[in-house]
Amino acid sequence: MEFVIEGLIRLSGVSAIVFILAIFGFIGKEGIVFLFTHIVEMLTSTDWSPTADTPVYGIVALIVGTVWCVGLSLLVSVPLGIAAAVYLSEFSGERTREWLKVIVELLAAIPSVVWGFIGVMIINPLLQAGGAQVGLNGINGALVLGLMTLPLLVSLGEDALRAVPESYRQAALAMGATRWEMVRLVLLPAASRGLLVAVLLGVGRCVGETMAVLMVTGHAVRIPNELFSPVRTLTATIAAELGEAVRGGEHYQALFALGVMLFALTFVVNLIADRTIRGRAESVG
Amino acid sequence: MSDGDTRLPIEPLEVRHRREGLVHLALTAAIALAAVPALAIVLFIAYKGAPAISLGFFTEMPMAGMTQGGILPAIVGTLWLVGVSLLFSVPIGILAGVYLSEYAGRSLLARGVDMAIVNLAGVPSIVHALFGLGAFVLFLDFGTSILSGGLTLGVMTLPVIITSTKAAMQSVPHTFRVACWNLGATRWQTIWHVVLPNALPGILTGVILQVSRSAGETAPVLFTGAAFYLPILPTSVWNQTMALSMHVYALVTQVPKVPEATKYATALVLLGVVLCFNSFAIVLRTYLRRNRRW
Repeated sequence: MEFVIEGLIRLSGVSAIVFILAIFGFIGKEGIVFLFTHIVEMLTSTDWSPTADTPVYGIVALIVGTVWCVGLSLLVSVPLGIAAAVYLSEFSGERTREWLKVIVELLAAIPSVVWGFIGVMIINPLLQAGGAQVGLNGINGALVLGLMTLPLLVSLGEDALRAVPESYRQAALAMGATRWEMVRLVLLPAASRGLLVAVLLGVGRCVGETMAVLMVTGHAVRIPNELFSPVRTLTATIAAELGEAVRGGEHYQALFALGVMLFALTFVVNLIADRTIRGRAESVG
Repeated sequence: MSDGDTRLPIEPLEVRHRREGLVHLALTAAIALAAVPALAIVLFIAYKGAPAISLGFFTEMPMAGMTQGGILPAIVGTLWLVGVSLLFSVPIGILAGVYLSEYAGRSLLARGVDMAIVNLAGVPSIVHALFGLGAFVLFLDFGTSILSGGLTLGVMTLPVIITSTKAAMQSVPHTFRVACWNLGATRWQTIWHVVLPNALPGILTGVILQVSRSAGETAPVLFTGAAFYLPILPTSVWNQTMALSMHVYALVTQVPKVPEATKYATALVLLGVVLCFNSFAIVLRTYLRRNRRW
């Protein structure tokens, strides 16, 4: 009896490895051949027209669209998120912190389709009122992504700051540093690896985000030429076209090839984040 | 501290204190900016959606091309999908958490599993959708069904349960185990009679978070089990179904002439479900921390 249960436990124990391999296997099976045979076309052409008579599978515009949305959103959300994390960790009172952390955690739980809803129903008319010709564009995507990732950055950043030993703070304050001098000269350098991990995970989350950007970026395959240009991301392309692509056909394989790229990208980001965390464990101890 | 410039600035105390005040103000503004707009949006959705919510909204089928009626099949469909994903991920996730906490130690394999969990948690939801389509819908030939959709959600949320189970079990003091072993209990008896009961509430918190996460996810069920408009209730796991998250997407982007209040109300219901489950998990966790017996 016990033998059976322990067998089950060991089997389930490695399930995460099995699934990660299975995911790679199933996506790679459809996508990897296409990726290798079309890699030059994909990375050099800005034209993505998979349903044309002579289909073209250039993803440059899709990559630029992704970088545009993610970059713009992180430009605002990273400094803001870390500042908010510093406030939570170092400046707020005990009770306020508990409440704010609950709020941040709840905001982090809002599903991405609801963020998409917010982008379409609320931010869209606001942008139009602010002078944009179309409200569904890259800026809308960046705003939605920024609002989405802020709670994540705040809570991961707060964890990183809390991980710095209390003795560091006491030492700095005992030297006569003000609270801000303590933060700037001692805390931020000591927590830098943890904060970097927070940012990396934020990047991974933004790049992989699908429903919200699918709904709000305006869905135009083109390189943004003005602030309010509609764009399209890699993830949104898969979500929008997978339903129509003939199973097993070239278009279908192309979408899986995008999946392979996304998988590889987030894998690398996670690997770097993991390395960074382990580095911290060794240096701070 | 590696860089040389770690001396405190030599400036008049007055200047330093004024700077401290300004920074305090700026950081307060940052936390306000991080939380207030999102909170305001949530309240705005509640304000716009509440008038359209009635008993009928929960108990009626959508009618007239989704422009009238309620959202019953979407709610029921989400229940089915979440149920299937729980049936799959709870047993595997708990056993895997037990393995990591009690059996794996610090072996190379344990490192590998940890890495895999981190990566599984970081895989974009649309990639999970591709996997679900390739593995469950086509390869295992489950078709576009609740089963395929639920399994895809299950794989996606597995890391949540594994991580919370592992953490809950590791928070049980080692002395509990030692005491039990000294009574002659085997490893599994110790886990079953001592460690698991003490870790149960913590594990439950993870399961609740999994429910909320699966209920809100859209992309993974987009091609594996969810339908845009299917005003009948599913009767088995082989059916396709509507889903709450999918319904929000459909109402906003795919269907013309839906009254604004209906859209807001549907989003509000989804938001309400997710936030309720998360609040419950938070309350449970707080209660546990206060009443820990060790």
